[in-house]
Amino acid sequence: MSKNQKQPVKLVPIPSPNIIPERDVDMSPILEISHLGIDFGGLTAVEDLNMAIGRTEIAGLIGPNGAGKTTVFNLITKVYQPTRGTIMLDGRDTAGLNTIQINKLGIARTFQNIRLFKDLTVLDNVLIGLHNEMDYHLAEAILRLPSYWRAERIARERALELLSIFDMQDLANVKAGSLPYGAQRRLEIVRALGTNPSLLLLDEPAAGMNPSETSELMENIQKIRDTFKIAIMLIEHDMNLVMGICEGICVLNYGKVIAKGTPEEIQANPEVIEAYLGKKKEAN
Amino acid sequence: MTKTPSSASPSLYEDKRIISMPVRYLINIVAIAVFMLIGNLIISEGIINRTYTTILLQVGVYIILAVSLNISTGYLGQLPLGHAGFMAVGAYVGALAWKAMPHGLGYMIIGLIVAGIAAGIVGIIIGIPALRLRGDYLAILTLGFGEIIRIIIINLPDITGGTPGLLNIPKYSNFNVIFIFVILTCYIIHTMMKSRHGRAILSIRENEIAAEACGINTTYYKVMAFSVSAALAGVAGCLYGGLQGSLFPSAFGFMDSINILVMVVLGGMGSMIGSVLAASVLTALPAMLQFLASYRMVIYSVLLILVMIFKPSGLMGTYDFSLTGLIEKAIIKIRGGSKNNAKEGQANE
Ligand SMILES: Nc1ncnc2c1ncn2[C@@H]1O[C@H](COP(=O)(O)OP(=O)(O)OP(=O)(O)O)[C@@H](O)[C@H]1O
Ligand SMILES: [Mg+2]
Repeated sequence: MSKNQKQPVKLVPIPSPNIIPERDVDMSPILEISHLGIDFGGLTAVEDLNMAIGRTEIAGLIGPNGAGKTTVFNLITKVYQPTRGTIMLDGRDTAGLNTIQINKLGIARTFQNIRLFKDLTVLDNVLIGLHNEMDYHLAEAILRLPSYWRAERIARERALELLSIFDMQDLANVKAGSLPYGAQRRLEIVRALGTNPSLLLLDEPAAGMNPSETSELMENIQKIRDTFKIAIMLIEHDMNLVMGICEGICVLNYGKVIAKGTPEEIQANPEVIEAYLGKKKEAN
Repeated sequence: MTKTPSSASPSLYEDKRIISMPVRYLINIVAIAVFMLIGNLIISEGIINRTYTTILLQVGVYIILAVSLNISTGYLGQLPLGHAGFMAVGAYVGALAWKAMPHGLGYMIIGLIVAGIAAGIVGIIIGIPALRLRGDYLAILTLGFGEIIRIIIINLPDITGGTPGLLNIPKYSNFNVIFIFVILTCYIIHTMMKSRHGRAILSIRENEIAAEACGINTTYYKVMAFSVSAALAGVAGCLYGGLQGSLFPSAFGFMDSINILVMVVLGGMGSMIGSVLAASVLTALPAMLQFLASYRMVIYSVLLILVMIFKPSGLMGTYDFSLTGLIEKAIIKIRGGSKNNAKEGQANE
């Protein structure tokens, strides 16, 4: 990993930002990505990515398989350090930070291949998300001081409240690994919300869900945005979901942005249609 | 900053605890006191002879060693191979401190604390380089460390007594001392694992990448778990010195580390009661059945293979024993239907 080089904060003009919702326009965007790129050996997985996300926007990142979508999430959360470009979170350059610091600064995520704490209970999974919301010391826990009991009680209530978004509070004592697939994806979202993010990244949240689960998820994503007043960026192959709830969409193909705009603009964009249909032809 | 929906009904989780916290503590304290009394009676009334008393005390020391190693292996999910090394650090530091100080209860406790701190610091020194990297570096590093500690002890005869041994250590470790430290160790580990720190340690075992994405400082918690494990091994080592009255470097070899590891694996990684039971059986049996002593390693191997085949998660899996939990289960069974009615009544209010 690269050293903690402090770069001066610079204001980069954003060539073609996502559509920031009306209600967010007078505020600075929560996330600004400019000229972002990463190479894996000879392969350029992401190239010259520019985008901005409003503070309460639901943004979509779509594209054919292998387009580099997950890689963008990994770059934002510093699983990979970018080869080029900058990522500004809330006006602050994130160069040199690591995954943990990024989470503490307000970005939470879910994973395309679910990464739950499988042998722990649903409640413990959410409590781990709430880890940094509690502040008692190890000695306080061992001596079981009132500060320990208070923090644990508040965290448990909060965890159950968060679980109730998806009506999962009754599953609190169930092992996470024994949940059905859809519930595991929902639990990942709840756990991410526990870290009190201002930007939530969802990597294919509807994968493996049936149509009724998906439409429920759509409502809940909007509900989360409305209650928590946070920005959400999601990767999804389910076009109904993307076109239904995203306000701005960015289309990637071979690591490059091929289109940006509102759902209507994206649906009418010939390049996007070609990328998807072209892919389909190959598959056939 | 954020608001949450108010439709929460945090009922289910709370309902499981029908015995209130102060009562739970009281039940446990009474149980511990009864155990201690029985132990004292058995020994003072001569129901078990000196040999068996010594074996009982050794069992206590090995329980501390096994439950402390369980922090690193069972909870953190790492594979340290040098637990006897930390035991040695605690044993020698504690014994030297005891020998340097006058006799007395306060000095005994100071010696044990110094032993724990010394082993804990060595744990931090070993842990930081080994645990920053992902993978099996810890196994290799601790393996080397265990051997190095032994060689250092052999080569510092002026301080440690070298191969002929460190003799005339005050024999502080009677039944009560060891019993209290076993309880204390189990209590510390239990309360640690039931806190945000313990959950952070478990999250690393479960999925390190997800733990980091939850903002958990994985390196910090790895080193913390590892050094707590080392510190408690140091205390056990100190008690061991106070039990034997003498220390020899040959008691802290690689096979002794493996011995403790076998206890943890057999008992079930991540189960404290499993470690306690396995440590008891695997310490008491070879000591009582002396003719088995030379076959010990053969028996261990066979036992391990059998457990791996029939119950790979260890005899107790990750089961955690709770006396009050058992009582609660019994109460629920007895009250059966009447309790459900009460619950509905509350919900209607
Ligand atoms: N760590 C890595 N090392 C080398 N190549 C990688 C690495 N991570 C991703 N890639 C490559 O980068 C490209 C983009 O991968 P990515 O996972 O971001 O795609 P995606 O858009 O998320 O696809 P999908 O829809 O299938 O999830 C792929 O060709 C992949 O093989
Ligand atoms: Mg992907």
